[in-house]
Amino acid sequence: MSTPYAKLPAWADYGLIPLINLSIAFVVAGFVVMLVGENPFRAAVILVEGAFGKGTGIAFTLFYATTFIFTGLSVAVAAHCSLFNIGTEGQAYIGGLGIALVCLSFDSVLPWWVIFPIAIVAAAAFGALWGLIPAYLQAKRGSHIVITTIMFNFIAASVMVYLLVGALKPAGSQAPQTRNFLAGAELPKLNWVIELFGAKIRSAPLNICFLLALVMAFLVWLLIWRTRLGYEMRTYGHSPKAARYAGISETRIIITAMMISGALAGMMALNPVMGDQHNVAIDFVSGAGYVGIAVALMGRLHPVGIVLAAILFGMLYQGGAELAFEMPAISRDMIVIIQGLVILFAGALEHMFRPYIQTLFASLSPKSVGMQTVKGTGA
Amino acid sequence: MAQAAIELIGIDKSFGAVRANRDINLEVARGTIHGIVGENGAGKSTLMSILYGFYQADSGEIRVGGKPVSIHTSNDAIALGIGMVHQHFMLVDNFTVLENIILGAESDALLKKSIAKARSELERLEREYGLEVDPDAIIEELPVGLQQRVEILKALYRGAEILILDEPTGVLTPAEADHLFRILKQLKEQGKTIVLITHKLREIMAITDTVSVMRQGTMVATRVTKETTVGELAELMVGRRVLLRVEKGESEAGAIKLSVKNLTVKDSRGVTMVDDVSFDVRGGEIVGIAGVAGNGQSELLEAISGIRHAVSGEVMLEGKPIDLTGKADPGELRDRGLAHVPEDRHHVGLVLAFEENENSILGYHDDERYLKGPFLNVDAIMADAKDKIEKYDIRPGNPRLKTANFSGGNQQKIVLAREMEQDPGVLIVGQPTRGVDVGAIEFIHKRLIAMRDQGKAVLVVSVELDEIRSLSDRILVMFAGRVVGERGPDATEGELGLLMAGVEHQEAAQ
Repeated sequence: MSTPYAKLPAWADYGLIPLINLSIAFVVAGFVVMLVGENPFRAAVILVEGAFGKGTGIAFTLFYATTFIFTGLSVAVAAHCSLFNIGTEGQAYIGGLGIALVCLSFDSVLPWWVIFPIAIVAAAAFGALWGLIPAYLQAKRGSHIVITTIMFNFIAASVMVYLLVGALKPAGSQAPQTRNFLAGAELPKLNWVIELFGAKIRSAPLNICFLLALVMAFLVWLLIWRTRLGYEMRTYGHSPKAARYAGISETRIIITAMMISGALAGMMALNPVMGDQHNVAIDFVSGAGYVGIAVALMGRLHPVGIVLAAILFGMLYQGGAELAFEMPAISRDMIVIIQGLVILFAGALEHMFRPYIQTLFASLSPKSVGMQTVKGTGA
Repeated sequence: MAQAAIELIGIDKSFGAVRANRDINLEVARGTIHGIVGENGAGKSTLMSILYGFYQADSGEIRVGGKPVSIHTSNDAIALGIGMVHQHFMLVDNFTVLENIILGAESDALLKKSIAKARSELERLEREYGLEVDPDAIIEELPVGLQQRVEILKALYRGAEILILDEPTGVLTPAEADHLFRILKQLKEQGKTIVLITHKLREIMAITDTVSVMRQGTMVATRVTKETTVGELAELMVGRRVLLRVEKGESEAGAIKLSVKNLTVKDSRGVTMVDDVSFDVRGGEIVGIAGVAGNGQSELLEAISGIRHAVSGEVMLEGKPIDLTGKADPGELRDRGLAHVPEDRHHVGLVLAFEENENSILGYHDDERYLKGPFLNVDAIMADAKDKIEKYDIRPGNPRLKTANFSGGNQQKIVLAREMEQDPGVLIVGQPTRGVDVGAIEFIHKRLIAMRDQGKAVLVVSVELDEIRSLSDRILVMFAGRVVGERGPDATEGELGLLMAGVEHQEAAQ
């Protein structure tokens, strides 16, 4: 009997299967569009054009993608240690608190390029701290990380509401948000890069956090595949027994992995808070943490895949907004359905078509699935 | 002559290249208790799984009550009146006894009628066979012996005329086992046919009418229990195989390197697995621990290597104690010169999803040689892996290949290469050649002897008696958690087999 997920050539594994999953998701989404009486092909064109057609669209797509890269990386780092961090949402939210404290304290005295590094550290530290508690409970008390991180999302939401209607709200304001930051806490935009290519941008929030996200993607790759810590995390992730045998402390590795994961989640807040809104408002994360789970799964927990998947979801966000605007029958909720379908097919049903593709490959070219590679060479 | 309840004719079954059963013929007479003995891996469970519909035989015929039948699922088996009590119970822990009994035999959606019917039926069965269990007790609150009784009731409830019990006493205390035997005898008197699979000869002698011996997938003999002896069965079980003897000189035992004193280890259920074990291993000798699997050898190895918590006792490595509280750092023990080749290379000794080179540093990834600051020194790791591939003839010789894609023998070589090349003072090895092809066995044995000749202390645990005999300078036999005897390398298989089966030496000498 073959193992359930046997070998396929790398290009099929990382290219073909995600592509098929994505196509199916769009086909099903097309039927949904038909159901509400719109032309699915026109809808697809509007979606893609909205995301990539104009400079502004591209900038928005990449802005959203930036957010998803951070949350996707966060989920992936924990997943490499076989920890399912569903708390990215709350860790990002609390990361925003760290940023708020830094920005509100220093925005009148320091320039952005001094505040930014401090804010990065604060965002990471606050996010890490929010990941630490569930990690500690998992490592020491065996409380399941999935449950505790979900609960911590709610706790984070409550804490932030409490602060945003209280201590952090300027006196006299009726909005549950901090005061707007001064220019010292505003991050430079990157729109000019897109304009270099001749596109026009009216106003878009794409900022240097995008570059930070790419740097973090590289650092995560380095961490997972090139450091001792990453090696230990992967060992534990694949086999806790082997980790025990190898002298890797379960407590230490769980806590470290979750803190790194939380730090990446916390850094996500930099993008909307310092790059776009220039304040911390209630519910500014708005589900990006959960999208990160889909992004990480779709990107196969690899930073390159995560960046690509994040851009895809950025496209769905941006193009979806255009679609809702252009086609009155398609509401904002429809977009969520489409995103849900992508998550369903690319994440949950990731392996649905795999057996068929495997059979196909096996019949077309037995060698490509490794059928006669290593056997028979036993010493 | 009683009529045959089951006949198996020419049963063959292969798993890949392994022939688990070859040309098996077996006849079990109605109303008898028939024992099937054999070492682990002899093919007993496979044979019974075929009879119960878990596997399909590649060829051969099964007859139940004289009629040829085909059994594709366990439902077919149940319909034919065959019931099985598995070694690991198939019970729902948080259900009551009654709920477990009707599971899969519910006759209506609301269960009310099923339960009422089951209750009266169960009461009848309990009366008839003396199998008292409270129908409303929750399974997880029952002791193991009673859980097993529920399994038996389950089979009887489904109308089983033929009961197969797979290693039924493995989890029982001696008193519970005695009680089970009384029940089985009673069932026999009621006309049921019982097939008892075990590797414990004492049980065979105590309860069966006839006994069949399996070895390496074949049925080597069937005897009337009264007319055979434990000695004969032991000999049939281990057989007079051609020995894989390795050339080796006299051992020159030096100073004590590993010393175990009064070590006691319990498992998670609180059952004593290692019971007051003491021994020494000197530099320049191989000490082999023989025993049927499950007699505490695994727990012993894990305790010594710092992975498992020990209740009491002392282990000294090169004269200094090892932390037995379960908090020992296996990494620190490695630094002190203890290398460990674990029994379970798939989950413990290797990470199968890793590339070969990544596994070649598992446990030694803290070593400065493999690091550049916090980073892995990929060049050094690759060079090191290639070096080991060369020295240990690991094939295919590609350090970037996923470990899962290597054969069992080559996987074991990856582990051995890693542990031996660290030049440890003490090497402990669990099942050095389990699932390893013949060519690699010889290579591994030679390496182990070379380690000994370099003055290392080597402790080998194996269920392969041949291996123990050909490698060891001294042989310890473990049974039920205790070391029941020590023999020289010239001990006969029969002698060791009896010790392994828990028969006292005095009896064996008769």
